[in-house]
Amino acid sequence: MGFSPADLDAISLTLRLATVTTAILLLLGTPLAWWLATTASRWRGPVGAIVALPLVLPPTVIGFYLLILLGPRGPVGELTTVLGLGTLPFTFWGLVVGSVVYSMPFVVQPLQNAFAGIGARPLEMAATLRAGPWDRFLNVVLPMSKQGYYTAAVLGFAHTVGEFGVVLMIGGNIPGQTRVVSVQLYDHVEALDYAQAHWLAATLLVFSFVVLLLVYSLQGRAASFLARGSA
Amino acid sequence: MTIEPRLLADAINPEKVITLRFQARAGTDSDFTLKLDLQLPGEGISAVFGASGSGKTTLLRCVAGLAPVLSGSIVVNNETWHDTGVSLPAHQRPVGYVFQEASLFEHLSTAANLDFAEKRAKRFGGRVASPIDRNQIVELMGIGRLLQRRPAQLSGGERQRVAIARALLINPRLLLMDEPLAALDAGHKQEILPYLEKLHREIQIPVLYVTHSVDEVSRLADQLLVLQEGEVLVSGPVGPVLSGLRLGDEAGAVLEGRLQARDEQWKLALFRFAGGELWVRDRGQPLQSDTRVRVLARDVSLSLQPAQQSSILNSLPAMVESIEEGDEAMALVRLRLGDSVLIARVSRRSVAELGLELGMAVYAQVKSVAILR
Repeated sequence: MGFSPADLDAISLTLRLATVTTAILLLLGTPLAWWLATTASRWRGPVGAIVALPLVLPPTVIGFYLLILLGPRGPVGELTTVLGLGTLPFTFWGLVVGSVVYSMPFVVQPLQNAFAGIGARPLEMAATLRAGPWDRFLNVVLPMSKQGYYTAAVLGFAHTVGEFGVVLMIGGNIPGQTRVVSVQLYDHVEALDYAQAHWLAATLLVFSFVVLLLVYSLQGRAASFLARGSA
Repeated sequence: MTIEPRLLADAINPEKVITLRFQARAGTDSDFTLKLDLQLPGEGISAVFGASGSGKTTLLRCVAGLAPVLSGSIVVNNETWHDTGVSLPAHQRPVGYVFQEASLFEHLSTAANLDFAEKRAKRFGGRVASPIDRNQIVELMGIGRLLQRRPAQLSGGERQRVAIARALLINPRLLLMDEPLAALDAGHKQEILPYLEKLHREIQIPVLYVTHSVDEVSRLADQLLVLQEGEVLVSGPVGPVLSGLRLGDEAGAVLEGRLQARDEQWKLALFRFAGGELWVRDRGQPLQSDTRVRVLARDVSLSLQPAQQSSILNSLPAMVESIEEGDEAMALVRLRLGDSVLIARVSRRSVAELGLELGMAVYAQVKSVAILR
């Protein structure tokens, strides 16, 4: 007994989805988190709230709106159709879009905290040492927020692996294209195939535990490093 | 007792001038504007002195390009850093900045902190006439054995020395120091001061040195600029300016001169300044070298005759230049000795009993003299 070929398909699809989503989120999340951490604009509150929405909304709500937005009659759907990309719902890239939205706060918030934790001083220091804006970002901000990037990547990845509602709404259940592990698990349970379901469920459980363990031990080490620094 | 704000424009070498003519908002929580219109010599150490919240740090941050200037111009030794339509961003201004809390990059070793500056200084190289050698700076600041350590493993004083070395490595044409000793305890202050004095002697970079310590001003500064609520109260050479300030217990005079002779038997040295001579404790300084001493007002008493049968060694003829009497018991008497000034703090009763008047000849009896450098 073990994973069926369909299970393995679902696992590989899920890993691919999570990897692509995490990469996109780190790229998009960096400027967004930087802006949120440093701006004095009055839009900071509203934008921060929008980014955090997936934390509290039922995933089906997000999935529903994305379906409408990306569908053939939605504004984004019309655009992608004009661009010759077709419509995104029920494709892998549709899932990516949904996952990016859904996992956004899990990436943006750790980055935002990391950036805010740096404070203005190291950047001013770098500026008086002739470091221009890019130089400051690459050689001061990035190394100083390494911890935040690890946490953001791990949480973004793990949260994408664990999603279900958004996937079902805009991805459906197409083997090899949109059938991710959580959906596959749902199918097993629907079919009363509990033995197969156990395999997938336990795998997700162990995976999530290990990921969280990783995050907490990373943060723990960061904390004790800081304590040493101030001693 | 007020003295005219004396700008040094006449005495300044026209090739080396720092022109600060700008306005800026001082801090976030203060309600005044920093208003400057002055020229400082573009060499030596200019101390920016004032109470906390007087705009000292804002001044430095504006010069460095870290804080916005509302209007006006900043010109350093013929280079315009800020003017209408021109404002170099901080990273294009050739300044070295030493922050109050000894800021180092915590994620880098001491050596890597220095590398950070040196690499970027090279990118701006070619514009600097005589780049300072790294080994020389490491030597000067005495940080050779700290290079492999992390900032977290350094003491406050060590961190500040590394920060100063790093600021020098950028090949600055102006060094900005924001109360570099304020965050240190007394012991570490005494540890750093000699390095700053060495810096002053050995490196020809103009320095703007923000402080609220009279001691640091008297030991380090060549010029003094006093700020009060964002405006320049007075500026000029440190001796005259300092002796004109209301400093309470710290009121006093700074005298510049040379050690002329020493008396081996009594371990004394003779200090000659423009206006007289003082016997001071011989600490082994070389004769004929430039020396600076401070005489606190509370260590000067007055008499109408030269001291006789007194334990006080130094009794100097002087003329009363001004008398400042308040409501309290004590008065400050400003004395003219040739080209120099001494301040005496005496009781108002003594002023009355001696019949002190402006222009009167008196003898200043100096109980104690501190050699500053």
